[in-house]
Amino acid sequence: MSQSLVQIRGVKKSFGTTRVLDGVDLDVAKGEVVCVIGPSGSGKTTLLRCINLLETYDDGSIKVDSVEVGYEDGSGSRKRRSERALAPIRADIGMVFQLFNLFPHLSALENVTLGLTKVRGISKAEAKDRATHWLTRVGLADKLQSLPSQLSGGQQQRVGIARAVAMGPKVLLLDEITSALDPELVGEVLSVVQGLAKDGMTMIVVTHEMTFARDVGSRIVFMDDGRVQIDGPSREVLANAASHERLKSFLARIEMKH
Amino acid sequence: MDYHFNFNFVWRYADKLYWGLLLSLEIAFVSILIGMVIGLGLALAYTGGGRLVRTAIAAYVEFIRNVPLLLLVYLVFYGIPSAGGFAYDAQTSFVATLALYSGAYLVEVFRAGLDAIPKGLIDAGKSIGLTPWQRFLYVRMPMMFRIVLPSLSNVYVSLFKDTSLAYVIAVPELTYGANWIKTNTFRVIEVWLVVWPMYLVTCYVLLHGLRLLERRFSLVRR
Amino acid sequence: MIAYIANTLPFLWEGLLVTLAVSGLVVAISLATGVLSGVGLVYGPWWVRLPIRIYSDILRGTPLLVLIFLIIYGLPLLGIDFGNYGSAVIALAAFKTAHVAEIARGAIQSIHYGQTDAGKAIGLTFPQRLQYVILPQAVRRFLPPWINAVADAVKGSALVSLAGIVDLTLAVQQVIGRTYDPLPMYLLGAAMYFIINYSLSQTSRRLEARFAYIRE
Repeated sequence: MSQSLVQIRGVKKSFGTTRVLDGVDLDVAKGEVVCVIGPSGSGKTTLLRCINLLETYDDGSIKVDSVEVGYEDGSGSRKRRSERALAPIRADIGMVFQLFNLFPHLSALENVTLGLTKVRGISKAEAKDRATHWLTRVGLADKLQSLPSQLSGGQQQRVGIARAVAMGPKVLLLDEITSALDPELVGEVLSVVQGLAKDGMTMIVVTHEMTFARDVGSRIVFMDDGRVQIDGPSREVLANAASHERLKSFLARIEMKH
Repeated sequence: MDYHFNFNFVWRYADKLYWGLLLSLEIAFVSILIGMVIGLGLALAYTGGGRLVRTAIAAYVEFIRNVPLLLLVYLVFYGIPSAGGFAYDAQTSFVATLALYSGAYLVEVFRAGLDAIPKGLIDAGKSIGLTPWQRFLYVRMPMMFRIVLPSLSNVYVSLFKDTSLAYVIAVPELTYGANWIKTNTFRVIEVWLVVWPMYLVTCYVLLHGLRLLERRFSLVRR
Repeated sequence: MIAYIANTLPFLWEGLLVTLAVSGLVVAISLATGVLSGVGLVYGPWWVRLPIRIYSDILRGTPLLVLIFLIIYGLPLLGIDFGNYGSAVIALAAFKTAHVAEIARGAIQSIHYGQTDAGKAIGLTFPQRLQYVILPQAVRRFLPPWINAVADAVKGSALVSLAGIVDLTLAVQQVIGRTYDPLPMYLLGAAMYFIINYSLSQTSRRLEARFAYIRE
């Protein structure tokens, strides 16, 4: 079996006395779109944040492209990577946030070029070209100079996506990226993600959008109580939902909200 | 250091400091009470008033906030009686100054407090048939006071510190007591080394006491 | 009346210059010490944070006037003598340092943690995040309250008159000592302070409105 791009083994994580992740195993192959679903408090966002070490994990292993992200490789002793050593690893893992987290003092263009110039060391002119390309791709060619406060939520989130993909990440992490949006703005963001999926971008998507999970996701991972409860091809998981008590009641609750 | 500390003189006149501290607290308390009446009255007048009223209130607030308190103390004690031909004692004058001073800050505090009351609460009051006066008494005032309570505590502690200025017009509060002992015993640094912690401890006791009080009235119970 | 006021103007002007010099010194010193302390409060290890926190809490619980007397009478005992002027400036600057430190701390801490997350996610190192993400935003939040603190420093400088330094307040007092006509002179002095401080507070308000887009 070929090595997975993202390989998660037995990851555990506690906040104080609360165990949020209780031994998570997950494999994501190159080009896959894995949708992680589950009730709030199930640990899905924490798992995502562990993958680029915005949260540390206490136990287990997370490898992205064969590199252990949280700890230095080598001789058995687990030594946390320094912030400095983490930076280049994080640069290869894109992340899009629920609340966008755009830099409010920078224009849409500058939000995208910041990482390209300061982290990738690309020249200003080339960074601008690349950023313009991606902002055009997400439909914001006319908003390059706008500040985040001048953009709608959907537009801001599309800048957030451009900022992440422009870095050329090996894998893209999407953390409930439409939850903070007005319903009528959800579509424009999801269609951008759908386009990326078509291009073969590897993505781990935490979402409540079941239609998206079914149509765009290659796999669905259902998490509850800090563990992966179900992991399978999207349509299959949804088709057999009736036979799984927890998934069934979760889906029913989601349905009610929509 | 070849200076020999001698605190005996300070202890001998400790009652000056004790009564001084009490007077400082009292002045701050009376001042903030009057200041609250001024502040609340003007905040309501500002919210409901016309352009002229608003301009007048803004002028008062800006004048007080942009002039040193020391100059205001002089202005009220020496300046106004000289022109008006009437006189008042130093303590009355200082309380008046501090009341006007805190009033200017409290207008802003109360205005912000009134603005911070969720509009839905007023609507809810209307919907159960409360008259405007009842809404004022039972909805707006209780809500506003809970919102501004932390600011009131801060203003009170800050006023307590400001009472030290009263010594310039010979009101026998704590700093005046300190200066009296200083000039009569020449134990200069000893006096300040005693008075300083008195202010400091009082400030923090007040602050923590008031925080406890705030928690009692807090809308969120823990 | 007008001639009489005109006669006093050069003298008041001298006092005003002293007020501005004292305030300027205090503002400059406390900007450096205060911002360093504020950054230390947020990012320092505990042995940096603890002394700054204690310092700031003590200073903010002390009346400015008491601090001035303490330093004027206390420093010479320690063998340090800067004269009344130097001691008064040190006292005011020490006091202002605590305020500026709190403003700087607040400005940095008010930046939403999502900004740090986003900076990390694109691979910025800690110094880069400070330089490109946190500080540019923190400066915008720091400026309005800091300008108000400058106005506060100008007002606080009036207390140096009680240490015998002829600033604007003492100049006004001295003129009154000769003319025995307090009210117009006090109002004139107040107007001079007002013009300086009102301009400062208006600037602060304008900046605050201009930087509103930083709020989340």
